[in-house]
Amino acid sequence: MKKLFPAGVAICAVLFAYAPIAIGRAPYESTMGLVQKIFYFHVPSWFAMFLATFVCGIAGVVFLFTRRRAADAVAVAAAELAVLFGLLGLVTGPLWARKAWGVWWQWDARLVTALVLWLIFAAYLLLRKYGGPGSERLAAGVALFGMANVPFVYWSVHMWRTIHPLTSVVPTLPRPLAGPLWLSVAAFLLLFVLLLGMRSRLERLRQALDDAYLTLEEQS
Amino acid sequence: MKTLIASLVLSLFAAVAAAQQPPPAQGGFVPIDQLPAAEPFPAAPLVIAAYAFVWLAVAFYVWSVWRRLDRVERELKAVTARVERGARP
Repeated sequence: MKKLFPAGVAICAVLFAYAPIAIGRAPYESTMGLVQKIFYFHVPSWFAMFLATFVCGIAGVVFLFTRRRAADAVAVAAAELAVLFGLLGLVTGPLWARKAWGVWWQWDARLVTALVLWLIFAAYLLLRKYGGPGSERLAAGVALFGMANVPFVYWSVHMWRTIHPLTSVVPTLPRPLAGPLWLSVAAFLLLFVLLLGMRSRLERLRQALDDAYLTLEEQS
Repeated sequence: MKTLIASLVLSLFAAVAAAQQPPPAQGGFVPIDQLPAAEPFPAAPLVIAAYAFVWLAVAFYVWSVWRRLDRVERELKAVTARVERGARP
């Protein structure tokens, strides 16, 4: 794993270095023009956010059933990344909307469900920070609840009438627009994996530090 | 019945004729510099802001994890040394 990390960083750096070139070469969308270029970082941010919620939810379930602390470390790391990538999506979206819709924000089903999902994972982090001993089990339940919300966010554009583009946009993209998008998606997902590795290691070290303090207390 | 159909067809023709009328004549000339801006919210600053925010947020997060890792590693090393000293007979 340690050997794969530098290779992963190198590949991720190459992908992110090439992404602006590919995005710049992509043709302008007919109705939105230049502002549609935000799409190439906005959509991958949400892909990474959704992946983070699934990792957090599954790691939470594993922790609830097995009490494995490694699973808890992964869950905390994934929750923090869900908040990070969700924030990227929540900031880039309104910047795009200002030009495309004429407003920064709309209390629309897709936007509200996405905001609620982000708030659930922000609550997870607050619970872990201030919840005290035992909060990890409650937080695992919150993670599971957050993960269960993802399909509602994804399908919200079909269930309610919204001004947000439908989910059919991505699968039906013409090749010149799809290429840069999938390149960015690969870069974001690889970045997610690398950051998950780093942040999980930090959490495992924190667990080791807690154990070391407990041993020290027993000695004295 | 025939009268009704005839009046409907005539109304349809009238509607088509009305739709094909030329736009109203211009009432006055306006100098080009007095025209409202064609693009009140230019896209470029929004695109730049979006990409800059993504880069800065990711860079800040990487730096924050790096700093926390460094601090925890140093603290762990110090506490482990204290545990080992305490364990020595």
